[in-house]
Amino acid sequence: MPTTETPTTPPTPPTGLDTFAHGVHPPDNKHYTAGKPITRLPFPAELTLLLSQHFGKPSVPVVHPGQEVVRGEPIAKADGFMSVPLHAPATGVIKRIDWAPTQKGPRVPAIYLTVSPGDSQEILYGAPREVEQLDPKAIIQAIQDAGLVGLGGAAFPTHVKMSPPPDHHVDTILINGCECEPYLTTDHRLMLEQPEDLIKGTQIIMRAMGAERAVIGTESNKSDAAEAIRKVLPPDGSITVKVVETKYPQGAEKMLAKALVNREIPSGQYPSSVGLGVFNVATTVQIGQLLPMQRGVIERVVTVTGPGVAKPGNFLVPIGTPLGFILRRLGYHGSAKYLIMGGPMMGDTVSSLDVPVTKGCGGILVPRPEEIDALAPRRQYPCINCGRCVEACPLHLNPALLGRLAAKRQYEPMMDHNLMDCFECGCCSYVCPSSIPLVQYFRVSKSMNRSLKAAAK
Amino acid sequence: MSTVKLHTSPHLHQPLTVEVIMRHVVYALLPVCAWSVYQFGLSALALLAVCTVVCVGTEHLCCKWMGQASTVNDWSAVITGLLLALVLPPGFPLWMAVVAAVFGIAVGKMFFGGLGANVMNPALVGRAFAQAAFTLPMTTWVPSMAPGRFTTFIPSTLTPPFLVPRSISGWLETVAPDGFTGATPLALMKYEQVSTDPTALMFGTVSGSAGETAGLLILLCGIYLAVRKIMDWRIPIGVLGSAFVLSGIFYWLDAERYPSPWFTLFAGGLMLGAVFMATDMVGSPETKRGTWIYAILIGVLTVVIRLFGGLNEGVMYAILLGNAAAPLISRLTQPRVYGTVKSARKKKVTA
Ligand code: SF4
Ligand code: SF4
Repeated sequence: MPTTETPTTPPTPPTGLDTFAHGVHPPDNKHYTAGKPITRLPFPAELTLLLSQHFGKPSVPVVHPGQEVVRGEPIAKADGFMSVPLHAPATGVIKRIDWAPTQKGPRVPAIYLTVSPGDSQEILYGAPREVEQLDPKAIIQAIQDAGLVGLGGAAFPTHVKMSPPPDHHVDTILINGCECEPYLTTDHRLMLEQPEDLIKGTQIIMRAMGAERAVIGTESNKSDAAEAIRKVLPPDGSITVKVVETKYPQGAEKMLAKALVNREIPSGQYPSSVGLGVFNVATTVQIGQLLPMQRGVIERVVTVTGPGVAKPGNFLVPIGTPLGFILRRLGYHGSAKYLIMGGPMMGDTVSSLDVPVTKGCGGILVPRPEEIDALAPRRQYPCINCGRCVEACPLHLNPALLGRLAAKRQYEPMMDHNLMDCFECGCCSYVCPSSIPLVQYFRVSKSMNRSLKAAAK
Repeated sequence: MSTVKLHTSPHLHQPLTVEVIMRHVVYALLPVCAWSVYQFGLSALALLAVCTVVCVGTEHLCCKWMGQASTVNDWSAVITGLLLALVLPPGFPLWMAVVAAVFGIAVGKMFFGGLGANVMNPALVGRAFAQAAFTLPMTTWVPSMAPGRFTTFIPSTLTPPFLVPRSISGWLETVAPDGFTGATPLALMKYEQVSTDPTALMFGTVSGSAGETAGLLILLCGIYLAVRKIMDWRIPIGVLGSAFVLSGIFYWLDAERYPSPWFTLFAGGLMLGAVFMATDMVGSPETKRGTWIYAILIGVLTVVIRLFGGLNEGVMYAILLGNAAAPLISRLTQPRVYGTVKSARKKKVTA
């Protein structure tokens, strides 16, 4: 039974601030955790460190079972440029290297680490250094060495993002503090509590990419965070804060570029093609904290929230902590029908409490049963051509048309209607009164097209 | 953990479903129906009931016949039934209404594949069929507020199946002794250049099809739907606005020959058509710009047919034409995809 029976907040009304065209206003439900400072949870007995918790090639273990490791020590190395290393989030003993369940479903290899009980868990690894002395190349290398990936969810290696093609000149860095997913408040808390590290991280990114200025963007429902950052801005004016409309998916790279600096990232191109580099707040804060200490990513802030947990909040947890450990500590009653990792718009439901927290996981949500129950048996009607999805799609695609094609299995013609631009934000499914699983259609269609393409080769 | 279920994102959904949308359209139609019953009595009530029951029944049977789950619980057949009854003359023989309702649903909707797949508004398909098959009863109008309307039927209502209704002139003499011409305000205007006071039209104290007469009431119901974001407000505004402006221009050119724009707005089925029929999402374009084009097209066609066509009422055909053009309008008004250049899309197609 859900214990925190706070009513769902109504959709945030438009504010007249800058934003992108289209999008949706789901109830933000951030009141559960927005006012809760980040606290630390105790260490679990065992951590599960997935070797591929980032986009790209899996990390390669450099430890063997039985080996003792100290907190912060590298335990897996990057496999080439499109990969990152892993660091031990706790002092302990490597138990085994075995398959583990993941947020997305398929099992992947992981390092199981038994945490030493009673250890002080002080970070012994790393040494202070002057980041200001490093040249851009060295910074980018340091970022890879720190195992940094996009902590906003995509888990794309940060150093790859910082290495645009040589003909792209990046003049502006955008820091994404929108956190447009309902319920999640990790970026909000980080901006409030650690604005200095955020600024430090931003300056490091600017240096590495040779950008002259940076804009930190946040939504109007987090204006207190904007105030906190404004107090610590460097006096040279190179970094500014901009508050934009609270609207989903404001935090998507393309939407943010439109809202903050009114640039449009061309279809199929990197932000650097229009002189931008886009980084998430949580990533930037970690850059600001880790690089000067030569450390790696070993923990992250996770919002654990929803009516299904008794003590929702924002918690600093070691990477690899199993979901079940966190939920049990916070008064989860084990009666939820759904568990979501990530936000409710783009996150995944998980079926096992053994799934570990990864670098990209910013939230664990135990939703109100009726919120999601309303979906499952919800009757699907034919498309009534109401145009609501067309009005909602932030990329201005035509989900109705794409959906009709997908239903007829005409996957190839969908390519002519920019199917591949769809980033599965979920706005179209969210508004569809016929409850057509449009996003699911598009996932299938994309993979069909990918395999068609592969077969044609 | 055995109770935990999987679900693909997004895990949130706004509460408005097709069923809710359709139900609210029915709610919004009820005051209009009530007014029509108040105005025309028992016959209007019977007409509404028969059309609705037959529409729902036809859809149900069609589904069963095609071996599908019945789709009647989405309420859309109820809307079709009510709308059809509202655009027929109040004294329309019930058996003919049954035929029109069956035709509207079976051919206008189920033949195309049911809700969402139909090209045109089924109620209007039914009415267009009735207009062609039963021309005389379709143009036989009765006076509103007839005495005794709540106790007796208009004689033509109860015409036995497959028979042409007998003349109602005898009955007319008893209810409207001072001479009722049987002409609607639009016909009066077109053929005799007699204008009816727009105020009477607004408040619905004139003759006409059952639900076409109370312009103001229909408008209020439409505002309800627009405020609840169930109906696209652009359509009624576009239809009514363009009809008003165009007929205003003609009125300004020759006030003797052409009706005033207020008359255009409130006479005949324009209000009902603009608020409840042109707004049928299935038959209207899905893009914002397309919606404006579609609405203006309907408004202009209505005025053109009324003033220059052979018919005195053009709304029905204007909407059907608008429905037919909607897919094309949609195609021509696709929004520019973020991060693309409009002309580049064509290139990509050929590449
Ligand atoms: S999921 Fe794709 S099609 Fe749907 S709104 Fe988002 S980008 Fe558009
Ligand atoms: S929102 Fe759903 S019903 Fe409406 S046009 Fe899009 S796909 Fe069709």
